[in-house]
Amino acid sequence: MAAEQGKVDPMHQFMIEPMFGTDHWQIAGYNVAFTNSALWMAIATVALLAFMWGGTKRQLVPGRWQMAVESMTGFIDNLLAANIGPAGKKYVPYIFSLFMFILFANVLGLLPIGLIGLHPFTFTSHFSVTGVLAVMTFAIVLVVGFWRHGFHFFSLFVPHGTPLWLMWLIPVIELISFLVRPFSLALRLFVAMMAGHVLLKVLSGFVIAGTNSGLLWGTVVGIPSFALMVAISALEILVAAIQAYVFALLTSLYLNDAENLH
Amino acid sequence: MDPQAAKLLGAGFAAIGAGMAAIGVGNVFGSFLQGALRNPAAADGQQGRLFIGFAAAELLGLLSFVVAMILIFVA
Repeated sequence: MAAEQGKVDPMHQFMIEPMFGTDHWQIAGYNVAFTNSALWMAIATVALLAFMWGGTKRQLVPGRWQMAVESMTGFIDNLLAANIGPAGKKYVPYIFSLFMFILFANVLGLLPIGLIGLHPFTFTSHFSVTGVLAVMTFAIVLVVGFWRHGFHFFSLFVPHGTPLWLMWLIPVIELISFLVRPFSLALRLFVAMMAGHVLLKVLSGFVIAGTNSGLLWGTVVGIPSFALMVAISALEILVAAIQAYVFALLTSLYLNDAENLH
Repeated sequence: MDPQAAKLLGAGFAAIGAGMAAIGVGNVFGSFLQGALRNPAAADGQQGRLFIGFAAAELLGLLSFVVAMILIFVA
């Protein structure tokens, strides 16, 4: 964290830095150094694998851990059953992986390990990461839609009961709203995570600057800002879970369009 | 006007959009709660729709944040 003139640069936390490897590690002109972003993706994956490994031992009498895992899988199972119906069963692995990966990423990025000098990195606060996740969803929607319905999939752009004289307008609007989906999906997650982290760093700047400028400002600005930081941190944990849920929910809605048209 | 000043002003104005989205999100949850308290039995089944409405309202506020960020750092 750059602390020039007692200021906290709220954007510095989103810097992607090579952990090992340098700018010279290139494949076809792209830098492939192992970055902090990649490191935290690996950590999220390992944590997720450990979580699943501990809970999928198929004990006859499930312990706490297995109950935790089963409640997660059951949650996604219910989500898909409610939004897609019986055909949604086959998407459980994808939506579950997506949901858990995003959830772990968001929560790991909030860990207070800055206290011991490590820097947590929320890779979901980068458009390139969430963009790839959204494009994956969009690609699955397209493949499933055309696979199941062929060119009849285009009837998605003509809702039931469209009056004939509006046929020049409604399909265009529907097409645009369809094409915007990957962007809105990716944008929502990345901005929600980024905004929260920026807000926390801005408040931390208030705390530092307020406390440094004496007892009066420390009491008037520093302490309330710190209290607000604690509250916002709690809110961020909620947002981390809600954004993962919203991503999974919207993905399942889009898959429902592809599976059942509408 | 100095272009840099105009950019920062525009970024500040974009915060109005975030505030508007706050009204929208509050409206979504408030209306849900109103309906849920009238018919608690039906509330659980509507949670998916609640979050769809939340996501839609929230996205527009986040877009204003993006506009502010683009004005400050990109444009």
